[in-house]
Amino acid sequence: MVKKTKSLSLNFGPQHPAAHGVLRLILELDGEIVQKADPHIGLLHRGTEKLIEQKTYTQALPYFDRLDYVAPMNQEHAFALAAEKLLKIEVPIRAKYIRVIFCEIGRILSHILNVTTQALDVGALTPSLWGFEERETLMTFYERASGSRLHANYFRTGGVHKDIPLKLIEDIEKFCKSFPKIIDDLEGLLTDNRIFKQRNVEIGIVSKQEALDHSFSGVMLRGSGVPWDLRRSQPYEVYKDLDFKIPIGKNGDCYDRYLCRIEEMRESVKIILQCIEKLPKGPVKSIDNKISPPHRDDIKQSMEALIHHFKLFTEGYRVPKGDVYTAVEAPKGEFGVYLISDGSSKPYRCKIRAPGFSHLQAMDYLIRGHMLADVPAVLGSLDIVFGEVDR
Amino acid sequence: MISDIHKIEKLVNSQLTSKIYKSSIQNDELIIFINENDLLEVIQFLKSDTNCKFKQLVDIVGVDYPDNEKRFELIYLLLSHEHNTRIKILIKFQINQNISSITKIFPSANWMEREVFDMYGIKFKNHPDLRRILTDYGFKGHPLRKDFPLTGFNEVRYSEKDKKVVYEPVKLEQNYRNFDFESPWEGTNYIQEINKLDKHGKKN
Repeated sequence: MVKKTKSLSLNFGPQHPAAHGVLRLILELDGEIVQKADPHIGLLHRGTEKLIEQKTYTQALPYFDRLDYVAPMNQEHAFALAAEKLLKIEVPIRAKYIRVIFCEIGRILSHILNVTTQALDVGALTPSLWGFEERETLMTFYERASGSRLHANYFRTGGVHKDIPLKLIEDIEKFCKSFPKIIDDLEGLLTDNRIFKQRNVEIGIVSKQEALDHSFSGVMLRGSGVPWDLRRSQPYEVYKDLDFKIPIGKNGDCYDRYLCRIEEMRESVKIILQCIEKLPKGPVKSIDNKISPPHRDDIKQSMEALIHHFKLFTEGYRVPKGDVYTAVEAPKGEFGVYLISDGSSKPYRCKIRAPGFSHLQAMDYLIRGHMLADVPAVLGSLDIVFGEVDR
Repeated sequence: MISDIHKIEKLVNSQLTSKIYKSSIQNDELIIFINENDLLEVIQFLKSDTNCKFKQLVDIVGVDYPDNEKRFELIYLLLSHEHNTRIKILIKFQINQNISSITKIFPSANWMEREVFDMYGIKFKNHPDLRRILTDYGFKGHPLRKDFPLTGFNEVRYSEKDKKVVYEPVKLEQNYRNFDFESPWEGTNYIQEINKLDKHGKKN
């Protein structure tokens, strides 16, 4: 007699702590084995791309903070680079270094969150308590530079909003000296931990070929052994003058991706220290008055500055016709902006390429044949944030 | 990297002569214009040719030009890790034309095409699962089309009376104001619009 089995449909989410946001995952289970996963996304869809079409380039920038909200400045960076490429303007060297410092801070912010919450998903509480303390310090750096902890709106086309205070640079340096110790502590808790390894080793394996086919980027690609990092292969800003390594995984499982993230944090610390050492003096935004708004004091003194201020904050600057694609190595992978300008002061079309979108798409293929308990582990190592997946 | 693009432009032009009708390099980015019927062959070639090896699909971008006869554009962004180059493939087509799905060549195109379908209403032939992806269940319209209003048509709220979420037509306390700063001397046309509407005896 053939035993009949009935598969069970399970609705995972949209409110589930291990879903890292509002993900509705419809799982088909045979016992505890997942046969099919159908992610329903879009619960956090805010129509960012449509909204950007109605805003000037300056007004569009804050929307990028709200995409991947754990590493806001990396997103702003991609948009600023796109607009700069269309405008063909040069960014002052000091601004480039400041941008790199804050992008790497963003990378650490994102990786701490990911590594510790992944540990939380598989049962370890302590790492997240230790990690979040460091994130708090880093967000204070964000606040001291831009005025806000999360939605920084700090980058501008042609540079950054304001110069950073001297004391802040000292404090970032101090943090970089102490932070590797924290990474060691986190590793002490997790890397050789028996339970952590049992939950992550050989779970969610991605081969090189599959990683390429599924449009993976960032750690998801490097974890599978593809040496590809936009900071190295298509360098932007000052990355080509900096000395850093690109960690690469071997097996392409959740554990390798965890190790890659840990190593990347160490590299980021090195990058920040190099930037602080090299940080030159000079302006922090383009000196072109038609793009950078004038200083507050000048508005009171100079008629021309007043006119520029008025024009920049009403009409905005016009961007030459054309289309451009720029990508940065965000903590989660290749974050790209495809910008089409029709010559006016508002983008005609701004397509946001979010790395998490492609990663989550592969969920079905990654989880097939795994146990139900592996769903949070795989989901955690995909490193998805719904701000950017749903846009 | 720039010399590579020129080499690839030459190569693609010589190999796919009949299929490409224009190629150009702008802002250091290579873009080729092809006929929508040749899409599958061109992408298959770019993926498999040893000198191209565009093994990864980065994204599919839809663009809407309501005034053009061929209203929609799709731009496929490909990336070659081995040669460290990118290429853009552009197709233009009319509103009710179906486009071949490239999910057979790139599995990751699945959601990207679903997104384009959701946002623009472009249908893909042979797509395994062409559902909406980002918008709400039961949503009507295609939000990224230029003729779709920014405010949308429906809004949702929780009704205390019915004890459930209800859908209602959008009601704005104040009209959406789109200031036209680019022609300051002509002014905005609100007053003209209001006068016109008043003649017909309608409000707003």
